[in-house]
Amino acid sequence: MRQEIVGLGVDAGSTTTKLVGVDGRGERIFDRIEPTRPQLQLQVKGLLAVARASGAKEGTPVVATGYGRKLVEDADKRVTEITCHARGVFRSVHHGGTLIDIGGQDAKAIRFDDKGAVQDFAMNDKCAAGTGRFLEVVAGRLGHDLDEFAHLAANAGETTAISSTCTVFAESEIISLIAQGETIEAIARGLHTSLMGRIAALARSVTVTPPLLLSGGVARSPAAQRYLGEALGLPVEVPEGPQLMGAYGAALMALDIADGRG
Amino acid sequence: MSAKYPRAETSGLKKAQYLLGAKVAGGALLKLDRMKLARKLARPPKPGPFGPPLKSSAWLKELITGHYLKGRFASGARPVAWVTSGAPVEPLIALGFFPIYPENHGAVCGIRRSAEEICEEAESAGYSRDICSYARTDIGSMLSGKTPVGRLPPPDLLVCCTNICQTVLLWYRVLAQHFGCPLVNIDTPFLYGEAQEHQIAFVEKQLEELVRAAEEVSGNRLTEKKLHQVTRYSKQATELWAQIIQMGRHRPAPITAFDQFIHLAPIVEMRGEPFTVDYYGALLEELQERAAQGVGALKEEKIRLVWDNLPVWHKVRWLSEVLAESNATLVASTYTNAWGELTEFIDPENPMRSAALTYLHPILNRGTGHKLSLMKGMVESFEADGVILHSDRSCKPYSIGQVDQRERLTKEAGVPALLLEADHNDPRAFSEEQSRARVEAFLEVVEAKA
Repeated sequence: MRQEIVGLGVDAGSTTTKLVGVDGRGERIFDRIEPTRPQLQLQVKGLLAVARASGAKEGTPVVATGYGRKLVEDADKRVTEITCHARGVFRSVHHGGTLIDIGGQDAKAIRFDDKGAVQDFAMNDKCAAGTGRFLEVVAGRLGHDLDEFAHLAANAGETTAISSTCTVFAESEIISLIAQGETIEAIARGLHTSLMGRIAALARSVTVTPPLLLSGGVARSPAAQRYLGEALGLPVEVPEGPQLMGAYGAALMALDIADGRG
Repeated sequence: MSAKYPRAETSGLKKAQYLLGAKVAGGALLKLDRMKLARKLARPPKPGPFGPPLKSSAWLKELITGHYLKGRFASGARPVAWVTSGAPVEPLIALGFFPIYPENHGAVCGIRRSAEEICEEAESAGYSRDICSYARTDIGSMLSGKTPVGRLPPPDLLVCCTNICQTVLLWYRVLAQHFGCPLVNIDTPFLYGEAQEHQIAFVEKQLEELVRAAEEVSGNRLTEKKLHQVTRYSKQATELWAQIIQMGRHRPAPITAFDQFIHLAPIVEMRGEPFTVDYYGALLEELQERAAQGVGALKEEKIRLVWDNLPVWHKVRWLSEVLAESNATLVASTYTNAWGELTEFIDPENPMRSAALTYLHPILNRGTGHKLSLMKGMVESFEADGVILHSDRSCKPYSIGQVDQRERLTKEAGVPALLLEADHNDPRAFSEEQSRARVEAFLEVVEAKA
């Protein structure tokens, strides 16, 4: 028998749009990830149609999160990523901690307790230097995709220090480093340690309570896991499907609505 | 003793124009305007989260417009002084000066969304974007003549007091050079704890020089009687303002800090005037009435917040609407409190010494511990659910210590606190979508805790 989707969560992020469907027990039984397109309203409608074809009935509650949440016309409720990521990750790991979510447009540090309640949060300042976009821009400049770039960084033996904290300036700094004969591996590692150092400072501003949890697109990267853990001196725990955590949290809130609790 | 400061030139013609233009004709037009606005404000509230507007706003508008209208005609009719927000203005008022507060004018430019264009005027003249946006607005306006208030009268005297920051000293030197008029600086030593006797004496000595300058520029003699009277009006208005702020303790709050940001204008730029006392008396009465009838600034008030730092002038309405979507509002702020918390120091019977004490004690001239304990006290007495600390790119003295203060508020006062990055006057240092994401996430956390 096909399981029934009773709650849907949409995470309309700056880089990717995610959809998660949960069953009556809150288990993730459906998900989709697509690059965010300019016509977000239409894109979400298309995703929801796919969910319906996969077992979501007409009228299944939808909760939207992410930067584009206001554009999701079918949403029954709109909730910020802070609450949704905390909810999704808590449900996945069943304990409290400090969650670092590195998305395309921003990075967040969220501390939640053993009941999943958010205690404190902080977001990076209004600049791309602390975000996934920083890695994406530089990787692209060096002719690699993000996965290859992370692989190079994770296995690098040496680090080249990157002094620019601005994405645009870092790009020009790297060009001169290559001209000076630095290896791409060492530069990749240097960029990761520089980025993770900034994110560690963000995390400290909310007081880090272990364990360290990681979500968002960048969380899949072995380099991000390694260098963030090193920056904070803590092991890193990554839930399954870290990129889906916002949409999962939103879907769990949609389930609350279905159960009359939302 | 020969005169050190040049006397302001005045003429009978300019005086007559001032009397006719600003007082008689202007006054009548403003009265008419006030009546029209009062009728509009009396209409039933619009749909939406907000309660009925404050009726006193009609009078407030008359006062603010009237102030700048007088400014248009002041040059040559009255001696004009440009002063910082924390300047000891009482001797100037007693000597008949018309005061211009560039910071206040800057805020008007911010609210009217003309600050960016005016700042660019200063930037294109070589002033860095890292300089305070009030200073850039003022210097840009000085260089280009651009202002949303018609025309500002040039100063005959500049009075700068360092009790709010050190930028003002350099900024006023630029004004002095441009206008070629005397500048009196009142240097107020920073207070890490109690004010020391030698610090009070040091400021008092400088106030004597200010009086000399003001007397010579105006050509008038300062009488004890007049200074007592002006200081008394200052004290009365400050006392009323302190009571107005306290009205935010009612549930629902009959006045928000957003309202206070606007209704603050008279206590800043019309201190020492009898009409300011009358105005605040009426506003307090209106608020007492609203409180007795349970009328709030929000129709349904759920979340009560404290605000730290200057307002984001170009986003005051936007932020009040974002908060109101979640039935949240600001019930108090350290900023508006700054003009109410000095009441105890003002002594009309001892105006010079008490002015030295008063102007040593603004929040920005005291240690960061003072601000932290003030915020903790506000959280308790206003029964606030959280605190928003505006990290103001332009105002370093106000923003320093906020990272630590935020953490200690969450730990020691037990309330969620948010650091919101913006700039009080420069919209280019503000990102609306990112700020919205922070504020909304913060409100979700506050709501979940409440």
